[in-house]
Amino acid sequence: MDARRGPLAVPKVRRVGFFTSIEPSPDSPRPNRSLSGPAEAITTSSSPLSDSPSGQFISPVQIPPLRHRSDNLAAASRAAAPVPVPVPGPSAFRRQLASDRALHVGSYNPVDSLLGTSPPSSNGEVSEDSGSLFGFQRSDSAKLSASFPNGGFDMTMRVRAPQESEAKVVIASTSDGRKKNVEPSGTSEPVAATKPRKEKEQKSLKEKTSKAERRAIQEAQRAAKAAAKGEGSKRAGESSRAKPSKTAKQTQPKKDVPQVTSSLSEKRTVSVEKERRMDVPQAQMQYDDKSRVDKAKRRSVVEQTESKNKVELFLHLPQYERGNQLPNLSSNIFTLDTIHHAVYKVGLQHLAGDLSGDNSRCIAMLHAFQEAINDYTTPPMKDLTMDLTGKINGYVSFLIECRPLSMSMGNAIRFLKNQIRKLPVDLSEPEAKASLCSEIGRFIDEKIILADKVIVQHAVTKIRDGEVLLTYGFSCVVEMILLYAHEIGRKFRVVVVDSRPNLEGQKLLRRLVARGLDCTYTHINAVSYIMGEVTRVFLGASSIFSNGTLYSKVGTACVAMVANAFSVPVIVCCEAYKFHERVLLDSICSNELGDPDAIANVPLRTNTKHAKTMDNNKNLQFLNLMYDSTPAEYISMIVTDYGMIPPTSIPVIVREYRREDLLL
Amino acid sequence: MPDVQSTVLEFVNKLRKRKIEGSQATAKCTVELLRSVISQQRVPHSNQASALIDAVKAVGEQLVAANPVELAVGNVVRRVLHIIREEDLSLATAAMAGLDLLDASDDDDDGNDHNCKGVGYMSAAVAAAAAARSTLRPPSLQTLLEGTPESAAVPYTSSSGADSESKTADKSSITRKLKHDVIEGVNHLILEIAGCHEQIAEQAIEHIHQNEVILTLGSSRTVLEFLCAAKEKKRSFRVFVSEGAPRYQGHLLAKELVARGLQTTVITDSAVFAMISRVNMVIIGAHAVMANGGVIGPVGVNMAALAAKKHAVPFVVLAGSHKLCPLYPHNPEVLLNELRSPSELLDFGEFSDCLDFGAGSGSPLLQVVNPTFDYVPPNLVSLFITDTGGHNPSYMYRLIADYYSADDLVM
Repeated sequence: MDARRGPLAVPKVRRVGFFTSIEPSPDSPRPNRSLSGPAEAITTSSSPLSDSPSGQFISPVQIPPLRHRSDNLAAASRAAAPVPVPVPGPSAFRRQLASDRALHVGSYNPVDSLLGTSPPSSNGEVSEDSGSLFGFQRSDSAKLSASFPNGGFDMTMRVRAPQESEAKVVIASTSDGRKKNVEPSGTSEPVAATKPRKEKEQKSLKEKTSKAERRAIQEAQRAAKAAAKGEGSKRAGESSRAKPSKTAKQTQPKKDVPQVTSSLSEKRTVSVEKERRMDVPQAQMQYDDKSRVDKAKRRSVVEQTESKNKVELFLHLPQYERGNQLPNLSSNIFTLDTIHHAVYKVGLQHLAGDLSGDNSRCIAMLHAFQEAINDYTTPPMKDLTMDLTGKINGYVSFLIECRPLSMSMGNAIRFLKNQIRKLPVDLSEPEAKASLCSEIGRFIDEKIILADKVIVQHAVTKIRDGEVLLTYGFSCVVEMILLYAHEIGRKFRVVVVDSRPNLEGQKLLRRLVARGLDCTYTHINAVSYIMGEVTRVFLGASSIFSNGTLYSKVGTACVAMVANAFSVPVIVCCEAYKFHERVLLDSICSNELGDPDAIANVPLRTNTKHAKTMDNNKNLQFLNLMYDSTPAEYISMIVTDYGMIPPTSIPVIVREYRREDLLL
Repeated sequence: MPDVQSTVLEFVNKLRKRKIEGSQATAKCTVELLRSVISQQRVPHSNQASALIDAVKAVGEQLVAANPVELAVGNVVRRVLHIIREEDLSLATAAMAGLDLLDASDDDDDGNDHNCKGVGYMSAAVAAAAAARSTLRPPSLQTLLEGTPESAAVPYTSSSGADSESKTADKSSITRKLKHDVIEGVNHLILEIAGCHEQIAEQAIEHIHQNEVILTLGSSRTVLEFLCAAKEKKRSFRVFVSEGAPRYQGHLLAKELVARGLQTTVITDSAVFAMISRVNMVIIGAHAVMANGGVIGPVGVNMAALAAKKHAVPFVVLAGSHKLCPLYPHNPEVLLNELRSPSELLDFGEFSDCLDFGAGSGSPLLQVVNPTFDYVPPNLVSLFITDTGGHNPSYMYRLIADYYSADDLVM
């Protein structure tokens, strides 16, 4: 395995070395980088970030060599070998779950069952075929899950969660779908006998499951399931006769696995790439797709009415009437059983627009999840991992109904699901819940709060006496930077640029003025008037994509462009958890639309009759874009918790601190 | 002339209090005021042109001082001065022609030559023509060396003019003729200002194609007419209107456009950059066009122009001829701008403690900047459409030179 990883590892390290030079103080390399092993290992070695005092200068881009990591991995995998005691029958449960929740991904299920019932042959060709079929399924279901997290999810989970399943496959065959037994029943001796060997094998594979591996696993699963079915059907009468046939079938997957793994070495590099591609989350649901929208609507909790005057260019985004459904929703907050009340509350806050700012939205959501997990009890006959993930998916889709998620929230959800998936199976329910809650808490502390502090430390070095700093809208990181710089005695002036309809800049202005900062307030149209006297521009971010595009509050691009025209450096402050693998070129394809009435309503002071009076004319639309994308060329520097980097380094950060590392 | 004086004062007050908005309205009022000034101006027998010029200049200075940012006032005053000079010159040349054709009295030049009798006339006409020519001649080394031509010319004409009674009668008719011509010219100017929309709108069909997406800012009647003219010619297109935040002029424009059946979408000012990639053309109405081809427009225009440049979207400026200013701007973002009330951005009382100059150290903690105009440098402008057609920014100086006399540039 190490040998296989070798060629990948070397260039990675070199590339990172190049970026390290940007940030001159390389102290503590982050140890939890090397921990991609089981989750508990991380909880025990508490994160370096949380240990270090906030004031301390925490090193930015410093990535330990990968060789080290893989060594660790091997060690970790060996050490962790006893940990995942297989729970029997998760795959069967999963299937049951799917049917329980009455989610119709029906077109896929028949195929699955067909495959499952057909006798799997032991040679590689068939597995190849079915593998590709599964590959299809995977991408499709991933799409589905992106569009209706409720519905698509089971599929994704089933395919996505091979790590637990691989160890369990063999035993899974022994339990049929309805059994909710935690201990392996051990009805079939041969399987139990082969278990340890197989487990070891799969342990070694576990760290990085490639597609090929998964294929093998699924192959095994399918065989197992077929066996289980066979058993189930025959159990009534001739159990004694059924058993031999079953065991015969079960031996087949065992043969499969070594074959596939032997071919893994060639496929490895390809499959890693493939996986990377597939791991890139699918795009949002396209709302101009009628059938899907209808499907999604049937399931939705929030009854959104579509707005009358849609903007044609943005038909692919949800355009709903605002505010009319809030009263009904808030009335049944405690009667609703499918959604935890904490999540419900956060959802309604989103709907009402009470929460603004990506960090606060993300934190609110995570806290709600924490609460929901605390109150969660695994229903009988169900598996915690699966059921909880399903629950979380339900919550997420509810939140999406209330307001489309921001990129950072998407990242946080991915982190949470990852955590749930990686839960050691032998944990008891309270332990698992506690572990999840603490992980969430750690994520908030480390990736958001501490990251902000680190960013402040970095950014403050870029503020000198006598400067005029311009900021746009309200960004809590920028606010912290300005306040901190003021605290440590820097003399500077702040220009707060604001824009309709949210006027978030006034909030920032109020806070800055209250602390005695010298401020100038203006609106975005006047930015080219004021830019002449500005020496630096500090901007917040909603997300930064891997092509360096900054996705932020609408107007940010204007400010950055004008700053660029005036040759003023633009510094973007963004926590690394907001980085995203997607790429974006314009502000049209992916965006969020706010309430059009917010634009139609102009302050009453203006005595003239405004367009509000023509509200129902079909020729008149109001477009309230929420975000825009700033091309990387306007950004001089990005301050993140890994240090100060150019926008071209975003893909490197995203890649090097890939999901496992970034979010573990 | 108390009545003229009072109307001037009234207009000055209006300008000072910014009661009149929009360069077209201002230009119209100014030119009407100047017409009444001219018509009421008692002209001396001799050197009528300079008397008229002086009167107009005096009023013009007051008006310009009342609102130096409203460049249309200065433009119109200069235009009127130019008209006076032109008419004077044409009269003088006509007189010269009359002199040459003294015997051929069938000249039908407004019966002007019928008065041209007597010996003394010749000298007077020649002097007047010389004076007129010297005033109209562009400033050159020769005119500078000659000294002030008017003062040189005046004694000569006056001495010759005092010769006989019959000549004064002739003179008064010539004077009346000049005034009459000038007022004719000013009336023509009024018509031109009033009709510039139609002139510009006529060209719309050449510039807007089917299914075009147009972005516009601010509320400009010229733009409105331009778009509607294209709409009337059965072009169907879509208009994005940036709302123009503190004053919401965009909403007004959008309302008008919708009333005329155009597909209109109102966007926030901050979304200009986001939307510009889907826009085919940016059309704005100028507040003023400077001689270097730079444009002064509603606030936010520079941002749109930069975004348009970035996305290679044509940036078209519509400007009636009264908006063409013969001055070259220096630091126009600041010097040709105007800061409006902070209450448009922040509600009164909200930050009252911080905005107070008297409190604390004397300097306020908070400043609110609310400019009215924006300057677009010529390199961001793709095309000017005036009532005489489309022009490049680099050509504007030449176009402007047609409308103004070089002597009037500095008032």
